[in-house]
Amino acid sequence: MKHPIKTSESDPAFFEEIKEEAGAEKILMCFNCKGCSTGCPVTDVVPQYNIKKLLRMSAMGLRDRVLNSEHLWYCTTCFRCQERCPEGVKTVDTMLKLRSIAVKNGFMLPDHKKIAESVMRTGHGVPIDEQNRKKRKELELDELPGTVHSCPEALEEVRQLVKACGFDRLAGFDQSSPA
Amino acid sequence: MTKNSTDNSKRNLSLFLGCIAPNRYPGIESATRKVMERLGISIKELEGASCCPAPGVFQSFDKKTWLTLASRNLCLSEALNADLLTVCNGCYATLADTNRILREDDEAKAGVNEKLSEIGKGFSGKIEVRHIVEYLFREVSPEKIRDVVTQPLDLRVSVHYGCHLIKPSHERKLGSVENPSFFDELVEATGAQSIEYEDKTACCGAGGGARSAVQDVALRLTEKKLEHMQKADVDCIVDACPFCHLQFDQGQFELAGLQGKEFSIPVLHYSQLLGLAFGYSPEELGIHLNRIQNTEFYTKLGERAENKFPGKKLGTGTDFGKGGVPT
Repeated sequence: MKHPIKTSESDPAFFEEIKEEAGAEKILMCFNCKGCSTGCPVTDVVPQYNIKKLLRMSAMGLRDRVLNSEHLWYCTTCFRCQERCPEGVKTVDTMLKLRSIAVKNGFMLPDHKKIAESVMRTGHGVPIDEQNRKKRKELELDELPGTVHSCPEALEEVRQLVKACGFDRLAGFDQSSPA
Repeated sequence: MTKNSTDNSKRNLSLFLGCIAPNRYPGIESATRKVMERLGISIKELEGASCCPAPGVFQSFDKKTWLTLASRNLCLSEALNADLLTVCNGCYATLADTNRILREDDEAKAGVNEKLSEIGKGFSGKIEVRHIVEYLFREVSPEKIRDVVTQPLDLRVSVHYGCHLIKPSHERKLGSVENPSFFDELVEATGAQSIEYEDKTACCGAGGGARSAVQDVALRLTEKKLEHMQKADVDCIVDACPFCHLQFDQGQFELAGLQGKEFSIPVLHYSQLLGLAFGYSPEELGIHLNRIQNTEFYTKLGERAENKFPGKKLGTGTDFGKGGVPT
């Protein structure tokens, strides 16, 4: 056996935390039919990726193995496995909860952090750029869309909410830094 | 999937733009405005709307923040007394799910309203969230669209539903997720033919933050999907989501660069396909601004594209930069 699991690795508090997400306790219902991983489009191209395994490890409280797994970030949230599970396991909802626990523990991926920062700075995950200003004009649309891009006070509201939720701290973002 | 028995078509609508449509594929915004006007459906502007925020990455970060930022967008539409119309599966997922969660969960609603009170807003839950494809199917119908079509299209199409338009099914209530048909019916109302292809309901690869964080994995999903479409010998892909749209259009460019694999399949949002069938030119609908340009496709469109398109070759489109795009 390559990496035997030691009982000392199991942290029951980890599963308790996961269960804060309604329905996450259903991962205990899994009887290993593999319907989830069989239909998974990610497993289809990366055979080592197995959502069932990640969820089983979570139920066993294997906190470090789960939170350090790069596979935690492979799921595209297509919901195919959640739709097909005969036991009603909330596979994707639970996966998202696992990720948020990872983020809370400082595991936010750099590329994801950039998106978070973009929303905090501009109000858009994907903000306008020069090329698309031109494209908009060519299409006879306003150069800037009538979103937060055209309303500074709306952007201020978004920033206020981000602060009120403590998300700026979670993402390690200092709002006073230059745009 | 059945149409609504109540007449929701009389309710006001606001247009939620999101990020990728207005800021990367403005042709989708332009086409949406044109086809809605042609169908006689007026839409209000949702001034000051932000990112929905993206369901994959923001739910992965912090659910409370996701719900709070989404609820602000819902409040803007509530203030207009209008149902909120999205053109994107990701925005639909975030806004429809938030609307449902806050209606059902008093504790979550109270938590969000406490934050919203800081900016003088409050969520009430009085509006509905709609996606343009399900709206057109339920409130307009393929039959009526067929009546408005002035230039039927002779195209073989790969329909891509995307994931969050129809799933989770318990929440969406749009019929079968394994073998859906409503979008195909809307596509065929334009005269085009929806061609069956292998693993049609598979994901484009972009969602869940995969495109930005594990781009190689995301692209492998995209490649598989494109291979299946290519085998079906189609003229174009028709999607319901600007993010799937980006993944197919920009993704083809990336696959060509990384692996020398050229598919050259044009990518259209449903609003753009409908615009063509209503007689608009590809230029008016921003189809010429896509990365992937295919001369044969324009030839198939006939007079609509006549003399307007010398037929750009793959790679002459616009540079998007590195694929740091969310969901």
